[in-house]
Amino acid sequence: MPPLLSVKGLHKSFGSQHVLRGVGFEVAHNTVFTVVGPSGAGKSVLLKCLATICEPDAGEVRFEGRLLASGERAARADFRRRCSFLFQHNALLDSLTALENVALPLEQTTDLDDAEIRRRSLDALREFDLQDFRDRHPGRLSGGMQKRLALARAIVTTPELVFFDEPTAGLDPLRRNAVFAMIANFQRRHGFTALVVTHDLAEALVVSDRVALLDRGHIHFEGTPGDFLHDDDPAVRAFRDSLNTLETEVAAIRNQPPG
Amino acid sequence: MLSWLGRRTLWVVGGFGDYALFSARAARECFSTRRLWRRLVRAVFEQGVLCVPVIVIVGMFTGLVLGLQGYYTLVRFGSAGLLGTLVSLSLIRELGPVLAALMLVGQAGSALAAELGIQRNSEQIVALESMGVGSRGFLVAPRLIASVFVFPAQAAIFVAVGLWGGSLSGSLLLGVEPGIYWSGVERAVEWADVRECLLKAGVFGFLTTSLCAFHGFHADRIPGLSGARAVSVATTLAVVQSSIVILAADYVITSFLV
Repeated sequence: MPPLLSVKGLHKSFGSQHVLRGVGFEVAHNTVFTVVGPSGAGKSVLLKCLATICEPDAGEVRFEGRLLASGERAARADFRRRCSFLFQHNALLDSLTALENVALPLEQTTDLDDAEIRRRSLDALREFDLQDFRDRHPGRLSGGMQKRLALARAIVTTPELVFFDEPTAGLDPLRRNAVFAMIANFQRRHGFTALVVTHDLAEALVVSDRVALLDRGHIHFEGTPGDFLHDDDPAVRAFRDSLNTLETEVAAIRNQPPG
Repeated sequence: MLSWLGRRTLWVVGGFGDYALFSARAARECFSTRRLWRRLVRAVFEQGVLCVPVIVIVGMFTGLVLGLQGYYTLVRFGSAGLLGTLVSLSLIRELGPVLAALMLVGQAGSALAAELGIQRNSEQIVALESMGVGSRGFLVAPRLIASVFVFPAQAAIFVAVGLWGGSLSGSLLLGVEPGIYWSGVERAVEWADVRECLLKAGVFGFLTTSLCAFHGFHADRIPGLSGARAVSVATTLAVVQSSIVILAADYVITSFLV
């Protein structure tokens, strides 16, 4: 079976800043594929290039073997109908209520009637325990609720591929764990492929089927979480060790004598 | 100096091209936007119902001032009885559509530019496009369609209230017979004047709404600016340029119709 998503030789620059330098990997069906890397590595740019939100300067992205070039309108339209994107800051439409936000992709991209759209939207809200807030605007929801609402909007169309851009950005550790658990849970329940970018390595290793490390525009590693923990690539070691650095430094500060 | 002028000219010409493409794409996407009528109703409410108070207030004061100034000018020539003619033709041919459009730009146009700028900033527009929804068709087209109908309606309200304001100052305050005032209005106004008023208002509506939407939609392209500052500058540009466009378009349309 061909991979669901295939990326080859992706390049993207902003002026003199080269963000992506020949990035390539494959994403299989029904898996959680996570791209990790330090802040500013280009993870969000990579995700937006893959989701055709941003045009790469060179390289190719294929969805089920079909090229998603800028001129391939039919392929892109089909791709966008079959995938969803969860933005780092949720990107909920603040002039619409929670129910209207969830219903929006169904209203605008399907032929379902109003009653069916309302039923599916309410089901999606119920799945994320937001049914009591259906008439509230996003600005009146907490950060965690907004994240759940954005996820409800992302899965209401039963997509085959969902892009998650830093889904735990700005959340405390407890909520980070809950969001990753939610992603893994819904991925298994609904059977979509999840492509996640994050700098939260610990959580990513627990929920992912495959992991890739993006640093300075290159993919330094692609493989299972188990292989990632034992890889000898200097960039992989440095990123892995950065998890321990904070603990080491805090311990050193605490062990210092006062004054 | 010359190269700066050249770059500036290219930037302006390029801007016209971007604006034209943006408007054309918004018009094209309205045919593929589903449930457009719901967004249309909301746009009519925003541009119509919510703006009626300001149209009534400005229309009233415009009529009052016209009545006042008109009376003291005409009375010098012994023609105070032509006050109704003066007020009605001034309002219907020029002041009604122009001032109504300026007020609508100040209220609805600025709100549109700011809303789209904030939506651009917070990736809401990108989110729509990632879902396969035409963002111009969803966000801009309903407002464009609404403006073609709402601006003439608002101009009509403006003129009606202004005529009444002129009657208030001319008749109640300055002693012109109400019958003379209103018969002057009836004799002077022709269907061609009404058509001119409505045509101007409709054109102003389309141009200013598309311009305000253009600036808000592209708030992320203002060189050297981002975030709230970019939205602020985009909104200012939208209002200022729309105001200039109203006056320029008024001259062009009038030169063809007179």
